[in-house]
Amino acid sequence: MARLTVNGKSHEVDVDPTTPLLWVIREQVGLTGTKYGCGVAQCGACTVHVNGLPMRSCQVPVSAVGDAKITTIEGLASGKVLHKVQKAWIDHEVPQCGYCQSGMIMAVAALLKAKPKPTDADIDASITNICRCGTFQQVRAAIHAAAKVA
Amino acid sequence: MTTIPKFTRRSFLISSAAVGGGLALGLRLPPFGPAVVRAADGSPEITVWVVIRPDNSTAVRVVRAEMGQGTITGLAQLVAEELECDWNRVSIEYPTPGESVARKRAWGEFSTGGSRGIRQSHEYVRKGGAAARMMLVQAAANEWKVPASECTASNSVITHKASGRKTTYGKVAEAAARLEQPKDVPLKDPKTWKIAGKPLKRLDTAKKVNGTMIYGSDLKMPGMLNAAIRDCPVFGGKVKSFDAARVSGMRGVKKVVQVGDSGVAVVADTWWQAKTALDALPIVWDEGANAKVSSADIAEVLKAGLDAEQAFVGNQAGDAKAALAGAAKKIEAVYAYPFQNHACMEPMNATVRWTPERCEMWGPTQNGEGAFAQVLAASGLTSDKVDVHNVMLGGGFGRRGTYPDDYVGQAVLIAKQMPGTPVKLIWSREEDMAHGKYHPVMQCKLVGGLDAGGNLTGLHMRLSGQSILAAVRPEVVQAQKGRDPLTFQGVFESGEHSFGYTVPNLMIDHAMRNTHVPPGFWRGVNINQNAVFIECFMDELAEAAGQDPVEFRRKLMAKHPRNLGVLNAVADKIGWSKPASKGVYRGVAQMKAFDSFVAAACEISVKDGNKVKVHRIVAATDPGYAVNPAQIERQVAGSFVYGLSALFFQECTVKDGRIEQTNFHQYNSMRIAQMPKVETILMPTGGPIWGGIGEPTICVAAPAVLNAFYRATGKRIRSVPLKNHGIELV
Repeated sequence: MARLTVNGKSHEVDVDPTTPLLWVIREQVGLTGTKYGCGVAQCGACTVHVNGLPMRSCQVPVSAVGDAKITTIEGLASGKVLHKVQKAWIDHEVPQCGYCQSGMIMAVAALLKAKPKPTDADIDASITNICRCGTFQQVRAAIHAAAKVA
Repeated sequence: MTTIPKFTRRSFLISSAAVGGGLALGLRLPPFGPAVVRAADGSPEITVWVVIRPDNSTAVRVVRAEMGQGTITGLAQLVAEELECDWNRVSIEYPTPGESVARKRAWGEFSTGGSRGIRQSHEYVRKGGAAARMMLVQAAANEWKVPASECTASNSVITHKASGRKTTYGKVAEAAARLEQPKDVPLKDPKTWKIAGKPLKRLDTAKKVNGTMIYGSDLKMPGMLNAAIRDCPVFGGKVKSFDAARVSGMRGVKKVVQVGDSGVAVVADTWWQAKTALDALPIVWDEGANAKVSSADIAEVLKAGLDAEQAFVGNQAGDAKAALAGAAKKIEAVYAYPFQNHACMEPMNATVRWTPERCEMWGPTQNGEGAFAQVLAASGLTSDKVDVHNVMLGGGFGRRGTYPDDYVGQAVLIAKQMPGTPVKLIWSREEDMAHGKYHPVMQCKLVGGLDAGGNLTGLHMRLSGQSILAAVRPEVVQAQKGRDPLTFQGVFESGEHSFGYTVPNLMIDHAMRNTHVPPGFWRGVNINQNAVFIECFMDELAEAAGQDPVEFRRKLMAKHPRNLGVLNAVADKIGWSKPASKGVYRGVAQMKAFDSFVAAACEISVKDGNKVKVHRIVAATDPGYAVNPAQIERQVAGSFVYGLSALFFQECTVKDGRIEQTNFHQYNSMRIAQMPKVETILMPTGGPIWGGIGEPTICVAAPAVLNAFYRATGKRIRSVPLKNHGIELV
């Protein structure tokens, strides 16, 4: 039995301690916005924030989480007010199929927290998520637009 | 926005209706006039494409699959344009294949491949919208006792100008639904479009930024179990035995089942439990006749085909053999293109509930009717007892079309062994890599002949390799006496993939060499390799002729004005006639694909002889008509990510009969740092034929970059991927 804080809510989960955080979020907590893409930390579709830092949750065993605060895509907005990255994503119509975008948005939100005005080089270095639809041109434009929002 | 399936207990129990935004088929028979068909919420259907709700909002029916390409938005724009409804109050409903079958295929083709979503349904969906508008206007005119011709409709409001009366679609919908559908339904001139042709926002974005969009792998149902599967890693192999007892005590495990001849699945409470148990399950395979096949073996077979006597002809003119024999200068080159996996972000999955009375599948498919046929076959039930509910696809790219022995059938075979329990089958990424429907492997030998003036007098393009249709649509190949016409995409004699050059003596033929690796339609299909072959060879010919590659092409394109139009457009925009900046090199390519004319020009630089930076790609598309320019731009830019990932990184190699690559660490995909700036030129020129968008431009990226790479380094690279040549994308 483990206790987990996801999006400000506490959850008791009864799982094998080696279970990846990704699958606990999806299957025990029941939040499916965080996606499985590769299971080997290559694609970033499973990116969540653990104490504010972006982590590829497929490679984080639930036993390692402890009482860290986990934020998923469902918890990024403040109530009904979208996070500026989500807003920029809508304005720039970034998603195509959208499957990778939860992870992409979480990675970008973390980048903007660490570097509020990222350069293209910062973006290139930090955003390494795979998008098979190829939305990168819109992703870059939306990151710069979000960075302009206070 | 799309309707998301809601799996309430009630809808689950009645199961056939109201799920997945489906339609209730309760026919209400009034005393007079045709029956009114109602949507799940009771709103009347005006035509099969249009439901008007009492609150004056519109539901547009779409049966083509949305996988990110924007087709639901584009199709809704076309219906709304003719319907004259309020675009801000449009939503989408997906009829199911079962409903379509029950209504004599009222919605036509579901299949969403070959860039057909819009180009092959635009006419009947527009007519569906126009007919609905005529009926709504007629209903208002009847109420007001005035001629319909005196009434106009706009923004879901009907006006009788003479009397100043107004009403809404919502108010007259019930009456309109009882009217006979008009037979003569004129369509608007696209030049007058207000909704179609405009860069309107997609209908499905909001749910993709907050985690609420439901994909197949996200489905939840009461009592649902999860399954993980392993199919024999050697294609054509079978299960010999497996030791279920070793894992049946593991946490959450409910059952270990054989799936057909070749698969074993573990069913458990959660997918992670199922996958963990599957990894621990001892399985002995009978790997069969292909257990020793390697990529080198396959390459040898293809190589032999390059000079084989027998070949199917795809395009010919004059006497290529004689022209080549008499040429002043002869140029020859051999190219090769590998197997590639689609690697959709969302691995294959399907959720099925089977009982002896009913079998339903919820899941991502590019072809609802194809999936329906597979559920029908695997379930052992009759067509009135099965149905398929499509959900948003986490990428498709051709992988989620209909193929033999695939995930939908597997899910049914598993669920059949757990009657009454919904089971969600999800493939691991490793299973997805091991059991793709791969881009076909192909080699190509090109021989060109030039006269003393550097004119191309003869060309022989010999393809040798795998046929997709022979594996997945053998009846088409049979009808063509063994030929697979699709093999010639982009270089064919006529039609949507016709060759864009006039060569007086031409032979383009195909020695079919099929392998045990199952092939599939991979975004762009056969234009990917054909564009690399012919467009790189055009540059080789131009060089041999001592001519500029664009000028050399232009001389062969006098009878291909639309090919020439896009080529000129990219040449102009990239500044072909002026020198590039220092250290920057350019390349071009053009093709006709899926009835659209496309060209690309790129600028690259190369560091240390092998580190390629693609700075810029200018891409022109003439699709005849453009339904949503903003989405077209995104498809074009995205196609280059898919196409350049394939060019630089992607190859599925075969060893011991199986695919060697297991995940993205061995099968890389482009990241944002490697993304070039893409400038899209959209230049629709009208005409009777509508071209596709999702696929065409993908094929011009690779040859344009390869041609630029030669100009930068003096090296002709004739096989994909470039990582095999030590070349990196930076």
